[in-house]
Amino acid sequence: MNLPIREQSGVLIVEVDGRIDHSIAEEFTRALEPLLANCRQGQAPVLLDFSGVIYISSAGLRVLMMASRQAKAQQGSFAIAALTPLVQEVFTISRFNLIVPCYASVDAACKVLGK
Amino acid sequence: MKQVVFWGTRGSLPTAMTGHDIREKIVSALVTANGRSFRNRAAIDEFVDSLPFAVSSTFGGNSSCVEIVADCPEHIICDMGSGARPLGQAKIARFGVPNPQTYHIFVSHLHWDHLMGFPFFTPMYIPGNRIVIHGCHAQLEEAIRLQMRAPCFPVDYSQAGAKIEFDLMTPGKPHFICGLNVTPKLQLHAGDSYGYRFDSVDKSVVYSTDSEHKLDDIESFDEFIRFFDKADLVIFDAMYSLAEAASVKSDWGHSSNVVGVELCQAAAAKKLALFHHEPIHDDKQLSRLFAETRRLEQITRGERAPLEIVSAYDGLIVEL
Repeated sequence: MNLPIREQSGVLIVEVDGRIDHSIAEEFTRALEPLLANCRQGQAPVLLDFSGVIYISSAGLRVLMMASRQAKAQQGSFAIAALTPLVQEVFTISRFNLIVPCYASVDAACKVLGK
Repeated sequence: MKQVVFWGTRGSLPTAMTGHDIREKIVSALVTANGRSFRNRAAIDEFVDSLPFAVSSTFGGNSSCVEIVADCPEHIICDMGSGARPLGQAKIARFGVPNPQTYHIFVSHLHWDHLMGFPFFTPMYIPGNRIVIHGCHAQLEEAIRLQMRAPCFPVDYSQAGAKIEFDLMTPGKPHFICGLNVTPKLQLHAGDSYGYRFDSVDKSVVYSTDSEHKLDDIESFDEFIRFFDKADLVIFDAMYSLAEAASVKSDWGHSSNVVGVELCQAAAAKKLALFHHEPIHDDKQLSRLFAETRRLEQITRGERAPLEIVSAYDGLIVEL
């Protein structure tokens, strides 16, 4: 799984796109592993740009919860931004909006998380 | 199979409405009426029918008890939660005494909320009735007897007038009962629970409650897709939100509306009944969850045929 990365205001922006379902959840986990390993206190916050994600299943949501937990345990910052309206609805219905930090846009997230 | 009747739909603990709850419903109805007058009872009924379900009715509070009405004179019941009391009364009212009946009861597991209605199931005290309790737990008979023994209950199990039999079923194997193939399936729950798939010639119903689904267990996910395959109705434990089930209430043995929709969509099931409602949720919250679940199905449907969603309530009858 290819996750293009760029930096903005000291925040590591990770572009995610397509469908994050059961068939890809494991691959998604592996792709995030090296990024999360460095998501620690004093290191760049990790922000997933979800503007290209068209669907996320419960398995995909779990990957995000585990990533958020790992970052928190390492005192790092992990968040998601720019959810499309339908994916935002899935977050709301599943209540994952309450356990994974979400921002309306990448710029809005960088204002909070960046330098 | 003709229909499914929900006698108890609440999870974990029977739940009664409070005076405050009823007052809120009355106030909401009066605010909606906005001073209008009604010519007769029919006009009142029409107005009440136009109100939201959470105002005009209630999901009810009896714990798990579901009846499957099949094409045979014998009765098929899933679990003996507190909903078994009104079910038993309805049977007595309909068939009278003496009029020997046979009841097949399929027990998902031995936790209290799924057995507590049995001592209040009036047909068990009437000679001539036959009650067959089916299940997969080796302690099935012991658990049924235990709750009707001093100091737990004033009437001892030995006072039962009906002939009571126990049938220990084998998970994964179809058992031919009442003209139906009944297949139990092991589920993840403290002390194990079992779902049941009922197949007739032309209809399939799955009763799957008190079942946790680990989101990273793809093998189990696929097993349940096969268990639910093309079912006409899946009765599903949707007690928690997905976030709760995956985090603070992980390992509590229950599932969510989101997983119910995903499994039923993948299994091409026709109808999903949200079941085993969280006791702390009032009618407004349960109505909101119902609306959200329908919306989730709509936005994740893709090219699939629509999955009909219902939220089970005490008294609901689903025609198959």
